[in-house]
Amino acid sequence: MNEDSQQPRHARPVRRSGLGRTVVRGIGQTLITLGLVVLLFVVYQVWVTDEINRGRQSELTQDLRQRWESAAEDPLDRPDGGPARLPLGEGFAFIRIPRFGLDYVRVILEGTDEDKLTEGPGHYPDSALPGEVGNFAMAGHRVGRGSPFLNLDQLDPDDAIIIETSDTWYVYRMLGASTAGGIPGRRIVEPEAVEVVDPVPGRSGEEPTRSLLTLTTCHPKFSAAQRLIIHAELDGAPLAKDDYPDGPPALTGG
Amino acid sequence: MYTWIWRHLPGGLPGKITGSLVLLLAVSALLLFVVFPWLEPMLPLSDVTVR
Repeated sequence: MNEDSQQPRHARPVRRSGLGRTVVRGIGQTLITLGLVVLLFVVYQVWVTDEINRGRQSELTQDLRQRWESAAEDPLDRPDGGPARLPLGEGFAFIRIPRFGLDYVRVILEGTDEDKLTEGPGHYPDSALPGEVGNFAMAGHRVGRGSPFLNLDQLDPDDAIIIETSDTWYVYRMLGASTAGGIPGRRIVEPEAVEVVDPVPGRSGEEPTRSLLTLTTCHPKFSAAQRLIIHAELDGAPLAKDDYPDGPPALTGG
Repeated sequence: MYTWIWRHLPGGLPGKITGSLVLLLAVSALLLFVVFPWLEPMLPLSDVTVR
Protein backbone atom coordinates (compact mmCIF):
# COMPACT_ATOMS: atom_id res chain seq x y z
CA MET A 1 0.00 0.00 0.00
CA ASN A 2 2.99 2.21 -0.02
CA GLU A 3 2.79 4.08 -3.18
CA ASP A 4 6.29 5.21 -3.78
CA SER A 5 5.23 7.33 -6.70
CA GLN A 6 3.27 9.66 -4.43
CA GLN A 7 6.09 10.13 -1.91
CA PRO A 8 4.01 9.85 1.32
CA ARG A 9 5.16 12.13 4.07
CA HIS A 10 6.26 9.35 6.40
CA ALA A 11 7.76 7.23 3.73
CA ARG A 12 10.15 4.45 4.68
CA PRO A 13 13.72 5.23 3.90
CA VAL A 14 14.32 4.40 0.32
CA ARG A 15 16.21 1.15 -0.08
CA ARG A 16 19.29 2.17 -1.89
CA SER A 17 21.42 -0.40 -3.49
CA GLY A 18 25.15 -0.07 -3.81
CA LEU A 19 28.10 -2.28 -3.31
CA GLY A 20 29.61 -0.23 -0.47
CA ARG A 21 26.36 -0.23 1.49
CA THR A 22 25.94 -3.99 1.09
CA VAL A 23 29.50 -4.69 2.16
CA VAL A 24 29.30 -2.44 5.24
CA ARG A 25 25.97 -3.91 6.27
CA GLY A 26 27.35 -7.42 5.76
CA ILE A 27 30.38 -6.71 7.96
CA GLY A 28 28.19 -5.17 10.65
CA GLN A 29 25.82 -8.09 10.73
CA THR A 30 28.68 -10.58 10.76
CA LEU A 31 30.30 -8.86 13.73
CA ILE A 32 27.03 -8.77 15.68
CA THR A 33 26.48 -12.42 14.88
CA LEU A 34 29.99 -13.36 16.03
CA GLY A 35 29.42 -11.46 19.27
CA LEU A 36 26.24 -13.41 19.92
CA VAL A 37 28.00 -16.70 19.12
CA VAL A 38 30.74 -15.88 21.64
CA LEU A 39 28.10 -15.07 24.27
CA LEU A 40 26.42 -18.38 23.54
CA PHE A 41 29.78 -20.11 23.94
CA VAL A 42 30.09 -18.65 27.43
CA VAL A 43 26.61 -19.98 28.24
CA TYR A 44 27.76 -23.35 26.93
CA GLN A 45 30.98 -23.38 28.96
CA VAL A 46 29.44 -22.29 32.22
CA TRP A 47 26.00 -23.92 32.22
CA VAL A 48 25.38 -26.39 29.42
CA THR A 49 28.48 -28.48 30.12
CA ASP A 50 27.44 -28.54 33.80
CA GLU A 51 24.09 -30.02 32.87
CA ILE A 52 25.62 -32.64 30.59
CA ASN A 53 28.13 -33.51 33.30
CA ARG A 54 25.43 -33.89 35.95
CA GLY A 55 23.74 -36.59 33.91
CA ARG A 56 27.03 -38.36 33.26
CA GLN A 57 28.08 -38.23 36.92
CA SER A 58 24.84 -39.83 38.08
CA GLU A 59 25.32 -42.63 35.54
CA LEU A 60 28.89 -43.15 36.73
CA THR A 61 27.72 -43.15 40.35
CA GLN A 62 25.14 -45.83 39.64
CA ASP A 63 27.67 -47.90 37.71
CA LEU A 64 30.24 -47.76 40.47
CA ARG A 65 27.78 -48.51 43.30
CA GLN A 66 26.43 -51.42 41.29
CA ARG A 67 29.88 -52.83 40.64
CA TRP A 68 30.72 -52.54 44.33
CA GLU A 69 27.48 -54.26 45.36
CA SER A 70 27.73 -57.05 42.83
CA ALA A 71 31.05 -57.97 44.44
CA ALA A 72 32.69 -57.80 41.07
CA GLU A 73 36.42 -57.61 41.26
CA ASP A 74 37.51 -54.20 42.49
CA PRO A 75 40.51 -53.05 40.47
CA LEU A 76 41.81 -51.36 43.60
CA ASP A 77 42.17 -54.74 45.33
CA ARG A 78 45.60 -56.16 44.76
CA PRO A 79 46.15 -59.31 46.76
CA ASP A 80 49.55 -59.77 45.19
CA GLY A 81 50.59 -56.21 46.05
CA GLY A 82 51.71 -55.52 42.51
CA PRO A 83 51.15 -52.18 40.82
CA ALA A 84 47.50 -51.56 40.02
CA ARG A 85 46.35 -50.85 36.51
CA LEU A 86 42.99 -49.21 36.65
CA PRO A 87 40.97 -49.30 33.44
CA LEU A 88 41.21 -45.85 31.82
CA GLY A 89 37.97 -43.89 31.89
CA GLU A 90 36.37 -46.02 34.57
CA GLY A 91 35.19 -44.62 37.89
CA PHE A 92 36.87 -46.20 40.90
CA ALA A 93 36.25 -43.96 43.93
CA PHE A 94 34.28 -40.97 45.23
CA ILE A 95 35.68 -37.71 46.46
CA ARG A 96 33.79 -35.72 49.09
CA ILE A 97 34.72 -32.29 50.39
CA PRO A 98 32.57 -31.36 53.40
CA ARG A 99 33.53 -27.67 53.04
CA PHE A 100 31.55 -27.66 49.78
CA GLY A 101 28.51 -29.19 51.43
CA LEU A 102 27.32 -32.68 52.27
CA ASP A 103 25.96 -33.12 48.77
CA TYR A 104 29.39 -32.59 47.23
CA VAL A 105 30.25 -36.04 45.86
CA ARG A 106 32.04 -36.76 42.60
CA VAL A 107 33.12 -39.97 40.94
CA ILE A 108 36.87 -40.04 40.27
CA LEU A 109 37.82 -41.56 36.93
CA GLU A 110 41.11 -43.06 35.89
CA GLY A 111 43.07 -40.83 33.51
CA THR A 112 43.50 -37.11 32.93
CA ASP A 113 42.70 -36.84 29.23
CA GLU A 114 40.02 -34.33 28.34
CA ASP A 115 37.42 -37.00 27.59
CA LYS A 116 37.73 -38.24 31.18
CA LEU A 117 37.87 -34.81 32.79
CA THR A 118 34.67 -33.91 30.97
CA GLU A 119 32.97 -36.56 33.08
CA GLY A 120 34.63 -35.91 36.44
CA PRO A 121 37.88 -35.46 38.34
CA GLY A 122 40.60 -37.65 36.82
CA HIS A 123 43.35 -39.57 38.56
CA TYR A 124 46.90 -39.18 37.24
CA PRO A 125 47.52 -42.83 36.26
CA ASP A 126 51.13 -42.88 37.44
CA SER A 127 50.37 -41.43 40.84
CA ALA A 128 49.54 -43.37 44.01
CA LEU A 129 46.16 -44.90 44.80
CA PRO A 130 43.92 -43.83 47.70
CA GLY A 131 45.60 -44.39 51.05
CA GLU A 132 48.94 -45.44 49.61
CA VAL A 133 52.23 -43.94 50.62
CA GLY A 134 53.06 -41.48 47.86
CA ASN A 135 50.90 -38.91 46.13
CA PHE A 136 47.30 -39.65 45.11
CA ALA A 137 46.87 -36.93 42.47
CA MET A 138 43.79 -35.77 40.60
CA ALA A 139 42.92 -33.08 38.07
CA GLY A 140 39.49 -31.50 37.74
CA HIS A 141 37.73 -28.70 35.95
CA ARG A 142 37.31 -25.32 37.60
CA VAL A 143 34.50 -23.81 35.53
CA GLY A 144 32.07 -25.93 33.57
CA ARG A 145 31.77 -29.69 33.14
CA GLY A 146 30.38 -30.02 36.63
CA SER A 147 32.92 -27.52 37.99
CA PRO A 148 34.18 -30.08 40.51
CA PHE A 149 37.13 -27.94 41.61
CA LEU A 150 35.49 -24.51 41.27
CA ASN A 151 36.02 -23.49 44.89
CA LEU A 152 39.32 -25.15 45.71
CA ASP A 153 40.70 -21.71 46.56
CA GLN A 154 38.22 -21.54 49.46
CA LEU A 155 39.65 -24.58 51.23
CA ASP A 156 41.45 -23.85 54.49
CA PRO A 157 44.27 -25.82 56.11
CA ASP A 158 42.91 -28.85 57.98
CA ASP A 159 39.80 -29.05 55.79
CA ALA A 160 38.88 -32.66 55.11
CA ILE A 161 39.04 -34.23 51.66
CA ILE A 162 37.44 -37.66 51.91
CA ILE A 163 37.99 -40.49 49.46
CA GLU A 164 35.50 -43.36 49.43
CA THR A 165 36.46 -46.71 47.90
CA SER A 166 34.49 -49.95 47.85
CA ASP A 167 35.17 -50.74 51.51
CA THR A 168 37.15 -47.85 52.99
CA TRP A 169 37.04 -44.15 53.88
CA TYR A 170 40.29 -42.23 53.59
CA VAL A 171 40.30 -38.86 55.31
CA TYR A 172 42.91 -36.43 54.03
CA ARG A 173 43.40 -32.98 55.50
CA MET A 174 44.73 -29.98 53.68
CA LEU A 175 48.25 -29.01 54.73
CA GLY A 176 49.06 -25.65 56.25
CA ALA A 177 50.95 -22.79 54.70
CA SER A 178 54.31 -24.35 55.29
CA THR A 179 54.57 -27.65 57.05
CA ALA A 180 57.56 -29.80 57.74
CA GLY A 181 58.89 -31.10 54.47
CA GLY A 182 58.22 -27.84 52.66
CA ILE A 183 54.97 -28.87 51.03
CA PRO A 184 52.40 -26.08 51.33
CA GLY A 185 48.66 -26.78 51.42
CA ARG A 186 47.97 -24.46 48.54
CA ARG A 187 50.10 -23.04 45.79
CA ILE A 188 49.81 -21.58 42.34
CA VAL A 189 52.22 -22.88 39.75
CA GLU A 190 52.93 -22.78 36.05
CA PRO A 191 51.23 -25.39 33.86
CA GLU A 192 54.56 -27.18 33.34
CA ALA A 193 55.11 -27.79 37.06
CA VAL A 194 54.70 -31.57 36.84
CA GLU A 195 56.70 -31.98 40.03
CA VAL A 196 53.57 -31.25 42.09
CA VAL A 197 52.24 -34.72 41.29
CA ASP A 198 55.51 -36.48 42.06
CA PRO A 199 55.42 -39.01 44.93
CA VAL A 200 57.11 -36.36 47.04
CA PRO A 201 55.78 -33.13 45.53
CA GLY A 202 58.57 -30.91 44.30
CA ARG A 203 61.28 -33.50 44.78
CA SER A 204 61.53 -35.79 41.83
CA GLY A 205 63.02 -39.16 42.51
CA GLU A 206 62.80 -38.95 46.27
CA GLU A 207 61.34 -41.97 48.07
CA PRO A 208 57.94 -41.06 49.62
CA THR A 209 57.24 -41.64 53.29
CA ARG A 210 53.92 -39.79 53.63
CA SER A 211 50.50 -40.48 52.14
CA LEU A 212 49.59 -37.29 50.30
CA LEU A 213 46.74 -36.21 48.09
CA THR A 214 47.04 -33.55 45.40
CA LEU A 215 44.35 -31.72 43.45
CA THR A 216 45.17 -29.69 40.34
CA THR A 217 42.88 -27.30 38.51
CA CYS A 218 43.21 -24.20 36.38
CA HIS A 219 43.84 -20.75 37.74
CA PRO A 220 42.54 -18.09 37.67
CA LYS A 221 38.94 -19.03 36.99
CA PHE A 222 38.04 -18.95 33.29
CA SER A 223 41.69 -19.15 32.37
CA ALA A 224 44.34 -21.76 31.89
CA ALA A 225 47.33 -19.53 32.48
CA GLN A 226 48.34 -21.21 35.74
CA ARG A 227 47.42 -24.11 37.98
CA LEU A 228 45.96 -24.06 41.46
CA ILE A 229 47.40 -26.91 43.52
CA ILE A 230 46.03 -28.28 46.80
CA HIS A 231 48.08 -30.70 48.87
CA ALA A 232 46.60 -32.78 51.69
CA GLU A 233 47.85 -35.57 53.89
CA LEU A 234 46.17 -38.74 55.11
CA ASP A 235 44.82 -38.14 58.61
CA GLY A 236 44.87 -41.24 60.77
CA ALA A 237 44.16 -44.80 59.76
CA PRO A 238 41.73 -45.65 56.97
CA LEU A 239 38.22 -46.32 58.30
CA ALA A 240 36.30 -49.42 57.29
CA LYS A 241 32.94 -48.66 55.72
CA ASP A 242 31.45 -51.51 57.74
CA ASP A 243 32.23 -49.53 60.91
CA TYR A 244 31.13 -46.20 59.45
CA PRO A 245 28.33 -46.92 56.99
CA ASP A 246 27.20 -43.29 56.97
CA GLY A 247 30.63 -41.81 56.49
CA PRO A 248 33.56 -40.93 58.73
CA PRO A 249 33.13 -38.35 61.49
CA ALA A 250 35.07 -35.86 59.36
CA LEU A 251 32.20 -35.82 56.88
CA THR A 252 29.96 -34.05 59.35
CA GLY A 253 32.59 -31.75 60.78
CA GLY A 254 34.39 -34.11 63.16
CA MET B 1 21.40 -11.45 5.42
CA TYR B 2 18.84 -11.00 8.20
CA THR B 3 16.75 -8.74 5.97
CA TRP B 4 16.83 -11.36 3.26
CA ILE B 5 15.72 -14.12 5.64
CA TRP B 6 12.97 -11.94 7.09
CA ARG B 7 11.64 -11.14 3.62
CA HIS B 8 11.63 -14.78 2.62
CA LEU B 9 9.88 -16.15 5.71
CA PRO B 10 6.29 -17.04 4.86
CA GLY B 11 3.07 -16.56 6.76
CA GLY B 12 2.68 -12.85 7.40
CA LEU B 13 3.89 -11.29 10.64
CA PRO B 14 2.94 -14.22 12.95
CA GLY B 15 4.50 -16.67 10.54
CA LYS B 16 7.66 -14.60 10.25
CA ILE B 17 8.01 -14.33 14.02
CA THR B 18 7.47 -18.08 14.48
CA GLY B 19 9.85 -18.84 11.64
CA SER B 20 12.54 -16.59 13.12
CA LEU B 21 12.25 -18.23 16.53
CA VAL B 22 12.47 -21.71 15.01
CA LEU B 23 15.55 -20.70 13.04
CA LEU B 24 17.12 -19.10 16.11
CA LEU B 25 16.54 -22.22 18.21
CA ALA B 26 17.84 -24.50 15.47
CA VAL B 27 21.05 -22.50 15.10
CA SER B 28 21.54 -22.31 18.89
CA ALA B 29 21.05 -26.06 19.27
CA LEU B 30 23.48 -26.74 16.44
CA LEU B 31 26.09 -24.53 18.10
CA LEU B 32 25.56 -25.83 21.63
CA PHE B 33 25.41 -29.53 20.92
CA VAL B 34 27.51 -30.01 17.80
CA VAL B 35 29.86 -27.12 17.09
CA PHE B 36 30.97 -26.17 20.61
CA PRO B 37 31.68 -29.71 21.83
CA TRP B 38 33.80 -30.22 18.75
CA LEU B 39 35.54 -26.86 19.00
CA GLU B 40 36.19 -26.76 22.71
CA PRO B 41 39.03 -29.30 23.04
CA MET B 42 41.02 -27.26 20.55
CA LEU B 43 40.85 -24.12 22.67
CA PRO B 44 43.38 -23.63 25.45
CA LEU B 45 40.67 -22.56 27.89
CA SER B 46 40.23 -25.58 30.05
CA ASP B 47 43.59 -27.23 30.75
CA VAL B 48 43.60 -28.33 34.34
CA THR B 49 46.45 -30.82 34.39
CA VAL B 50 50.11 -30.23 34.87
CA ARG B 51 52.12 -31.65 32.01
